[in-house]
Amino acid sequence: MKHLLSTQDLSHADALRILDTTEEMAAVSGREVKKLPALRGRTVVNLFLEDSTRTRISFEAAAKRLSADVINFSGKGTSVSKGESLKDTVQTLEAIGADAIVMRHWGSGAAAQLADSGWIRSAVVNAGDGTHEHPTQALLDAFTLRRHLARRGGLAPHGTDLTGMKVVIVGDILHSRVARSNLWLLTTLGAEVTLAAPPTLIPLGAGDWPCAVTYSLDEALATAPDAVMMLRVQSERMHDAFFPSAAEYTRSWGLTDERLAVIEASGVPDAVIMHPGPMNRGLEISAAGADSARNTALEQVAHGVSVRMAVLYLLLNQKEPA
Amino acid sequence: MSPASPSPDRYLITGGTLPDGTTADVLVEGGLLAAVGPDLTTPAGTEVLDARGRVVLPGLVDLHAHLRQPGREDAETVQTGTRAAALGGFTSVHAMANSTPVADSAGVVEQVWQLGREAGWCDVHPIGAVTVGLGGERLAELGAMAESRARVRVFSDDGMCVADPVMMRRALEYVKAFDGVIAQHAQEPRLTDGAQMNEGALSSMLGLAGWPAVAEEAIIARDVLLAQHVGSRLHVCHVSTAGSVEIIRWAKERGIDVTAEATPHHLLLTEELVRTYNPVYKVNPPLRREADVMALREGLADGTIDTIGTDHAPHTAETKECEWTVAAMGMTGLETALPVAQLALVDTGLMDWAGISRILSSTPARIARVADQGRISADGVFEIGAPANLTVYDPDVTRTVDPETHATKSRNSPYRGMELPGQVTDVFNHGHPVVRERALATPRTSYQQDQQNNQTGSPQQ
Repeated sequence: MKHLLSTQDLSHADALRILDTTEEMAAVSGREVKKLPALRGRTVVNLFLEDSTRTRISFEAAAKRLSADVINFSGKGTSVSKGESLKDTVQTLEAIGADAIVMRHWGSGAAAQLADSGWIRSAVVNAGDGTHEHPTQALLDAFTLRRHLARRGGLAPHGTDLTGMKVVIVGDILHSRVARSNLWLLTTLGAEVTLAAPPTLIPLGAGDWPCAVTYSLDEALATAPDAVMMLRVQSERMHDAFFPSAAEYTRSWGLTDERLAVIEASGVPDAVIMHPGPMNRGLEISAAGADSARNTALEQVAHGVSVRMAVLYLLLNQKEPA
Repeated sequence: MSPASPSPDRYLITGGTLPDGTTADVLVEGGLLAAVGPDLTTPAGTEVLDARGRVVLPGLVDLHAHLRQPGREDAETVQTGTRAAALGGFTSVHAMANSTPVADSAGVVEQVWQLGREAGWCDVHPIGAVTVGLGGERLAELGAMAESRARVRVFSDDGMCVADPVMMRRALEYVKAFDGVIAQHAQEPRLTDGAQMNEGALSSMLGLAGWPAVAEEAIIARDVLLAQHVGSRLHVCHVSTAGSVEIIRWAKERGIDVTAEATPHHLLLTEELVRTYNPVYKVNPPLRREADVMALREGLADGTIDTIGTDHAPHTAETKECEWTVAAMGMTGLETALPVAQLALVDTGLMDWAGISRILSSTPARIARVADQGRISADGVFEIGAPANLTVYDPDVTRTVDPETHATKSRNSPYRGMELPGQVTDVFNHGHPVVRERALATPRTSYQQDQQNNQTGSPQQ
C-alpha cells in the first residue's frame, strides 16, 4: 500500500491488516506513555483545504503518538481560480520535507488525482474528498463494529471480519463520503448494509450498489440490525427541496426516542448506535439517542486516533525498508 | 506571396478512391474542381499527386470549433486553430462566439473573419452570439452580424443554453429574416447546477455532481416544438444521449426543420474514463454511457444526426492540471476528428466514404448556408466546377496520438496514447494546397482569396 485513497479499492486482506495494526495501536493508546518511536524523523503534513477540526486533530494526535513531526496547513481553497494551484502547494510542502500528505479536500477525486499526478513522491492519505470518500472514518467505524462483534462472540478481534453483521446507514447518503466509504468497506468485510433515507437523498443508481435501499427507517429497524449509523444532516438541505422541513425529516428519518425504544426492544445483544459527529441533537438524533449507552460516538473518536496511527505506520514504514 | 510569383494553380490528384467508391483522377485548376475521370491528361505545368490507396474527400466543414480569439490567445489563436483545422482535413470552420469579448456584434465577428483571412489555412466563419454577452437576457444584433462582411448565418450562445423559452422563441423567429439558424447548447441550467459528469451510478460512486440526460433532452424537446411552432430552423449542438437521438428522430418524422450534430468524442469515449479523475476527460456535455455512444453512431448512420461538429475546445495546461471539479471543460478535436469518425463509423461498417462526405462536408455546409463547400452529391459524386475544397486521406495507416505534436496551441486531447486509424495527407482550400504530404504547406494569400471570390461570386448564399 503506497497511499490510502478510498475503501473501494481496499482488499479484504489489506483492510484486516489495517484493523489488526489498529489493535496494536489501540494498546499503545491505553498505556500511560502513549507514544511510539516508529516515525521519528518523519514529517506528516495535514493539508486541510476544507474546514475540519475533528479529523485534523485526530490525524495530528496519531502522527504525534508515532513521534512524527507534524505540520498543519489549512486553507479554505487552493485552486487556479483562488490563487495557488494544488500542484504548487504540495510540491512546496514536499520541499519542506513532507513524507506523507494527509489531505482533506472539497473536491471529489482530489486525493486520487494527487496520488496519480506524479507531482510528488509522498504517501497520500485521503482525509475526505468532496462527496467521494473518507476512508479512515470507515476504517474506524469498522474497527468499532468489529470489537463489538468479537466481544459478543467472546473472541479476540484479531483476524476477524464483520460477516453476518447487519448495519443500517441512515440519512443524507447523497452528500456523504462517510456513507460511501462505509458501504464499500463494510461489505468487503462481510457485513450486510441497508441504506435508509428519503428518496431525494439516495444517490441515483444506488440500486446497483451491494446493499439494500429503503425509504423507511422503521422498516429498516424492524430487521433488528446490529448497528444503526446516523449521518449528520445539514438543515440547509431543505432549502434545495431535498426534504420539506427539519421536523418532517426528524419524524421520518430521525433516531427519535420511539425508534430508540424499538432498538432497545429488538433483542439484539449489544446493538449500537453510531454517528461520525458532530451530532445535530434534535434533528437526526434525539438527546436520549445521543446520550444512550449504545451510542458509540466517543468510542469512535478514540478509535479514530488508533486507526490513523495504523495507516500512517503502514504507509510510512513500507516506504523505506527497516 | 505576390501576384508576380504565381504558384502553379493546376494539380492532378491521380488514382485516389472517390467517395462514391470509384477510382479516378481529379483535376484542380484555377481554384476549381475542373474535371474528374479515369486517366485524365495532364497539361504541362501540372503538379501531380499520387493518391493511390487514398480517399479523396470533399474538404471537411466544422460547425463547432472554439478558436479562442479574441481573448484567450494563450489557449488558441485563429492562426493556430486553423493550422490544426487544415491538418485535420477541414477547409471550413465555424468559430464559436464565446470569446472575450463575446462575438455578439458586427465588430467582433468581422475581426474573427478577418483573422481567418489573414491566416489563410481554411475558411473561417464566425458564429454570432444569440444574446448579448451570452447573458441570455437581451437579443444580440443578429441582423448586423448577418449583414457584416462575415455574413453570419449560424448563431449560438454555445457554452450557455438559451434557457429562457421566450428568448429562444424570439431568436428562432428573428433569424428567419436572413435564413439563419440557432445552434442550441441544450442544457437545462437548473438541472445541471455544478454538474461535473454524466449522472448515473458512476457519478454517485465517484461523488461528482451529476449532469442528467434529461437536462439535455428536455431542452431539445422544447426547442423542436418551438421551431415547429414558429416555422424556423433549429440546430442542436453536441447531442450526447440516446434519448436526445430519439427526440430528434421523432421531430424529423413530424417534418420539423431540425438538424443535429454529435462530437467525435461522444462517438468513441464513455464516462468510464472519469474514474481516473483526469480532467482531460472533463467536457460539456459530459462523456456518457456506451449505449449513448452506440445510439449516436446509429443516429449518424440513419440521418437522424446530421453532422459531426468537433467542439474543438483548447485549454491551457493550468486549467486542466488541477482538481477535476475546478478544471475547464473541453477537449481538442480538429486534428483527430476524421480518424475518430473512421474508427467509429467506417471501420464499424456503419458508413461509407459517401456517408462521411455527407456528415462532415455537404450537410454542415448546407446547414450553415456556405455555398462554396461540400459540393458533392448524396451518393458521393463531386460537382464539376465547384470550388476545389478537397481532402486527401490515407485510411490505412495507424498512428499513436501524441498531442505534443499537434498544431493546436493546447494539449488537452483525450486520445493521448491511443491508436487511431488514418491520416490526412493533402488538403486543397479553394484549389490551393494548404497541406502537402502530411504537413502544412503554405496558406492562401489574401490576393488569392480576393481573386477567387471574384471568380466564384459570394462565398455564401
